[in-house]
This record gives sequence, C-alpha cells and structure tokens, in this order.
Amino acid sequence: MMIINLLGLLLIALIVWWFWIYQGPTTQLDSGQITINVKDGVYDPAHIRVQAGESAQLRFVRRDPSPCASVVVFKDFDISEELPLNQPKVVSLQPMQPGHYPFTCQMQMYRGELIVE
Amino acid sequence: MHEAKHHTEHCHHQAKVAASDSTEDLLREKEQADQAYYKRLMREMTIALGLGVPLMLYGLFIGEMTVSSTGERIGWLLVGVATLAVMLFSGRHFYVGAWRSFVNHSANMDTLIALGTGTAWLYSMVVVFFPQVVPEMARHVYFEATAMIIGLIDLGLALEIRARGRTSEAIKRLIGLQAKTARVLRDGQEVDIPIEQVLQDDQVRVRPGEKIPVDGIVLEGHSSVDESMLTGEPMPVEKAKDDEVVGGTLNKSGTLLFRATRVGKDTALARIISMVKQAQNSKPPIGRLADVISGYFVPSIMIIAVISALAWLNFGPDPAIAFAIVSATTVLIIACPCALGLATPMSVMVGVGKAAEAGVLIRNGQALQTASQITAMILDKTGTITEGTPKVTEIVALAGVDEAEALRLAATLEQGSEHPLAQSIVESAKERGIAPAKVDQFNAIAGHGVEGGVEGRTLLFGNEKLMRDRKIEIDTHLEQAQTMASQAKTPMYLAADGQLIGLIAVADPIKQDSIAAIKRLQKDGIRVVMLTGDNRDTAKAVAEQVGIKEFFAEVLPEDKSDKVSELQKQGEIVGMTGDGINDAPALALADVGFAIGTGTDVAIESADVTLMRGSLHGLADAIAVSRATLRNIRQNLFGAFIYNAAGVPVAAGLLYPFAGVLLSPVIAGAAMAFSSLTVVTNANRLRLFKPQEH
Repeated sequence: MMIINLLGLLLIALIVWWFWIYQGPTTQLDSGQITINVKDGVYDPAHIRVQAGESAQLRFVRRDPSPCASVVVFKDFDISEELPLNQPKVVSLQPMQPGHYPFTCQMQMYRGELIVE
Repeated sequence: MHEAKHHTEHCHHQAKVAASDSTEDLLREKEQADQAYYKRLMREMTIALGLGVPLMLYGLFIGEMTVSSTGERIGWLLVGVATLAVMLFSGRHFYVGAWRSFVNHSANMDTLIALGTGTAWLYSMVVVFFPQVVPEMARHVYFEATAMIIGLIDLGLALEIRARGRTSEAIKRLIGLQAKTARVLRDGQEVDIPIEQVLQDDQVRVRPGEKIPVDGIVLEGHSSVDESMLTGEPMPVEKAKDDEVVGGTLNKSGTLLFRATRVGKDTALARIISMVKQAQNSKPPIGRLADVISGYFVPSIMIIAVISALAWLNFGPDPAIAFAIVSATTVLIIACPCALGLATPMSVMVGVGKAAEAGVLIRNGQALQTASQITAMILDKTGTITEGTPKVTEIVALAGVDEAEALRLAATLEQGSEHPLAQSIVESAKERGIAPAKVDQFNAIAGHGVEGGVEGRTLLFGNEKLMRDRKIEIDTHLEQAQTMASQAKTPMYLAADGQLIGLIAVADPIKQDSIAAIKRLQKDGIRVVMLTGDNRDTAKAVAEQVGIKEFFAEVLPEDKSDKVSELQKQGEIVGMTGDGINDAPALALADVGFAIGTGTDVAIESADVTLMRGSLHGLADAIAVSRATLRNIRQNLFGAFIYNAAGVPVAAGLLYPFAGVLLSPVIAGAAMAFSSLTVVTNANRLRLFKPQEH
C-alpha cells in the first residue's frame, strides 16, 4: 500500500511538473510572420517568441471542425477573431511591450502564448 | 489619367467588395462545416450507443458484468475488442486531441475524456486477461461505461453545435438583409448588376417593394421606407429628394432614384455587421474568473482523481480497487471545463445579437456589462429628449422694429452658425420669404450667442447672460421671457447698438415617446438627469413635462463632461446619452456613452452603445437587454461553478460514507455531456427576451 501511495504522490508531482512548471520549447517568430495550425486540441506552435517592438502577423489555419476551435482570443489586446475552417486567417499585432501574452480559444482549452522579449 | 484613377478606384472597390462578400461566404462555409461535423458526431454517437445501451441493459436486467469463468472471459474479451473499435471510431478525436495536448504540456476536455474512458477500458481488460491480480469481488468490467460515455459526449457535442448555430441567428438575419443585385443607370440605360459591382456615385433605381441595395442620397422620387430592420423603429420613414437612404432597408410605396454614397464594406449595414460580430466575440469582465479557473482546471481534476483513487484504496471497503477505479473515472468524466468556458461567450453572443435586432449596437463585452450596472443616466436635452429641430414660435418686436425686421436681423446673424437654434431662425426666415443680409465680423460666443455687424449696426443675439455681460437693459422684458421659458420655449434676445430690439422664442418639440421611455428608465431604478445649454426656466419646464426631477441647465458644451464626473464622484455609474458628435468628450468620460441616432445617420464608431433610432425607448431597451444578458451570464456561471463544485466531490465518493452513494461513470458522462448543452440552451433563452412593451 505504501508503494501505491508513493506512486500516487509521484503521479501528482508529475502532473504538476508536466502541466504547470515545465517550460516547453518555443518557436521564434521569423520575419514577422508565423503559421499556427489549429488542430487536435492544440495550437502548433503554441509558444512563440517575438522581439519587443516588432509587429507580428499570426497566420492561423484551423483544421479542427469542432466549434471550440473556431475563435481565437487575445485577451490582452481585446482581439477575438473567428477562424474559418481550412482557410488561413491572419491576426496582425502591433509592436508589443515585453511580457507574456496568452492566446486561447473561448473556453481556454486551446492555449498558446506570445513571449515578447 | 482619368482611366487610371477609375481603375484604381475600381480595384479599391473590388477589394472592399471581396471583404463584404466573404462575410456571407464565410458564414455559409461555417454552416456547412458545422453541419458536416454534426452529422459525423451523430454517426459516431449512434455506433457508440449502439454498443453501450445493450451492454448497460444487460448489466442492469440480465447478468452480472463480472468475470468468473473462462467462457465469460472469452465473451468479455470480444466485447472489449468491440469497445476498442468504438473507441477508435467514435472517440478517436478525444484520444488524438488528448495525446497532442499532452505532448504540448497542456490538457483539455479531451484529456479528461480520454483518461476516464481509457482507465475504465484498461482496467476491464486487465480483469479479462489477468483476473487473478484483482480481488474476486472486483472482477467487474466497465466496457459499457466507456462506450456510453463516448456516445453521450458525442451526442452532447452534436446538440451543442445545433444550439450554437442558433446563437448567431441575429447576425445571419443582418447579413440576409443585404440585397443581391442593384438596378443602376449605366450609359443612360437601367441595368441589373450584382451588388458587388455597384460603384460610388452610381445612380441607383429602386421600385416599390424592393430592398435598397447600398447607402445613398435621393435624387428623385418620393417614397416611404421601412427601416425597422436596422433601427427597430416600426414606423416607415418618408424619403424625398436629398434624404439619405440606407442599404438593406425596404422601399415600400414609391420609386426612388438615388446616388450611391457608400458601397461594399463602407455601407452602414456592413459596418453594423462587422461591429456586431466583433462585439459578439468579446468578453465582459465578469467572465475573467471563469477564465482563470479554466486555465488550471484540467490538471487539477487529474490530481483530484488520483487523490480520490488513493483515498478509496487506503480507506475504502472491499473491493477497494474497483471503487478506486470507478471514482477516479467518474471524477475525470464528470468535470466539465466547457460549461465554465461557454457560460459567458454564449450569452454575449445572443445578447449582443438581440440588442442589434432592437436597433441597439453594443461595442463590446465591457460596455454590455457596464450598461447593466448603470445607476444614473444623463440625457442631453436637444435631439435626445426633444426632436432637435426647434421652430420659431413667437417674435416680440420692440423699439420700433417690426417682427419681420427682427427675424431678418436675427437670421442674418445666425446664417453662419451651426447651432440647431440658429438653424431654426434661418429656416423660419426662409419660410416667410425673408432674405438675410450680409454680416461683418461675425463671432460665435459658445453657449451664449452670436454677434456681428449688419448694415452698419452692431448686433447681439443670444441668451440673458450675453445681454447682461454686454450691459444691455432687458429687465423690462424679463417677465415676458420667463413666461416663454416656463412654456418650455427658449427665449433669445436681439439687441442693436446696445438696445434691446426684439425677443424671439424657439421651441423644440419633445419626442412623442420620451416621457414613456424616461418612465421606463426611472422604473428600472435609474436616476435620470437632464443636461442642457438652455436657460434654467426652459430646462425646468422641459424637465417637468417629461417627468425628470434633476437637471443641469446653462451648461456650456465644454462643461458637459464635468457634469458626468460630478455624478461619478457621487458614486454613480453614469450613462450619458447624446448625439455622439457634440457630446463626444462627455460620452467618452461616462462609464457608458450612448450615441442616439436619428434615423440611421449614426456615429457608429463614436460610442460604447449606438442607438440606431431616435427614440429614447432604444436606451431603455439597451439597458434591459444588457441586464438580461448579464443575468443570463450569472445563471450560466453559477450553474457551471455549482455543477463542477458539487459534481466532482460526489463523483469522488464524498457521499459514500454518509449515504452509500457512488456515482456511476455513465451518469457522469451524461451529466457532463448535458452540462455544456444546458449552458448554450440557457443562453438561447435570451433570444426570447422582449424589452418591456411600449
């Protein structure tokens, strides 16, 4: 029983580390534009590095027919755009101050962030 | 050169058209995609429930779902394989989504469903293959739970798509208002062309019963036009030469020829559609807490599931492992992040659309929420409570000047002024066939009046304050002026070379339904305050007529915003209603600025809320809709919070020690599937909302 309990606690620790602590790989914004695929519950890539003071063009292509994925929201910039299925939709962002700016679907299940440095 | 310019204009125009066209195309494509997804989900649901329902019935009425003999093992193995097939066919999207999220260090609803159903299936397969590793009492299979949960959640998603489609009905109706073709004059001939090809300055002909295709100004003809679809104003509006017509409205009785002034995405209708769409997707601050919770939701539920399983294993009765598996699965399945996430946006979608139907354009979620909290409303008098088209009602000629001469001199001075009162003087002179003279050294004194030289005389025309400032003797006629004011007329003094030579009274009729609408606002508990540049007595008379107790009179245009902050300092949440142009600073300073449009000539971009029609009922409607929407959001958020806060502990088995109740994973699946559907359905209830009859 002791072992099972320890395994359970280890599992909890793993969940905390994997979902909340671990910093995943990031993708650098190249020449101001990047294509983000919206599919299978994730934005790909989801973590995008942007230079401070640089404007960004995020080209979203939604491949997931689920209505959950149909709107992308940048709550810091008061932007919410509808993403048509299988068609690119460009979201243009003005140069930003350094910081972390999340973008999500309306239900916060799709999650990504812009890391402005 | 001309051709080049035309070409550029044409290209520019094409780009605009493409933008407006795509709105309709996108909507159609979205509907088709939703329909295809709906069908797919229904197919997947049928297959999953096709296996799940018979299995569940078997478990309930016929046999035990346990493994105790080799025959049973083979039988359940076959069922297990069938369940795996269902998982792959009907639930593939959950597993793929869960895996992709997992490798991206994120978790969502798919994660919970995949883990829940996966755990139930895996445990059942362990029981089938290695029954000896689990205690005899715990040799139970849960294939029916896996199939049922997948089927029910697919069903829930499918129904949600249907319900979501209804939330965008308002925008669909707006898009549907757009005419497909227009009849334009080209080379002297009338030709029917697609709406996309109409250019600015084209001459467009509309016959009775036809839609007006683009915005324009009437050149010829007379007709009544139904603008209710845009303004919410039920009475048709008479249109004649030089009147504006708006695309999407319906020409009723006569034929009109008009010049197109705005086409493509510049038309009022296109701008309304784009603004409503933007507002429908924006979130009011009330949804922020739910967003924060959603961000941590799924991993937290996973942790609760592990804790619950450990608790059962440590303290539960036999068979502890079966209880642990059931409770962990049920916790994972019952938790519904979607209901939380959907609570706010669905209601906003319907509420903003509903408002648009009533001719009320709400800029964003923030404006919607604040409008619902307004405690004080400042109404500008001219053009808001009154028609804004004042008329001369009385002329008192003094000092040997006759009425016509007094009017002529006043009109001469006022012809350069844009003030509505000034225009009424000029109009009145025109009606009587009096031609104004030439004015020198014209000077407008904001909030007071005007001065200038006419035919060698120095003239002053304005209010009491102006006369007193310039030391003109008016006391002998003060009583007469006060009588005019007490009848809600605005008295204006005319002086020549330091002597009073006339008194002109102008009255601005109160809009027919202002009194009823103001009563509605007051009944809603809102402190209504009138604001005007007019003198105290006139202001008092108008306020009394419309049932307003508080008013600010003699307010200079630049001081209007001070009055807003004055009320804000008293702790009020202040709404300010004005025409959106002269009141811009006050509208901007108010917690919510309402621009009231007469007809469709509206400054859509200038206010938090734009009222398309001139009636103050639009204002009461705006507040009623925003309150109803916020109430709906609160119900949704409350429901979603309570559902999760109660459902998860019950699923974990918190009631078991007291009542011996442990939820079945199938019930959890049904509850989860229908919790988000309930949110969408509740939001759809708003579609039935009707502002109080008026």
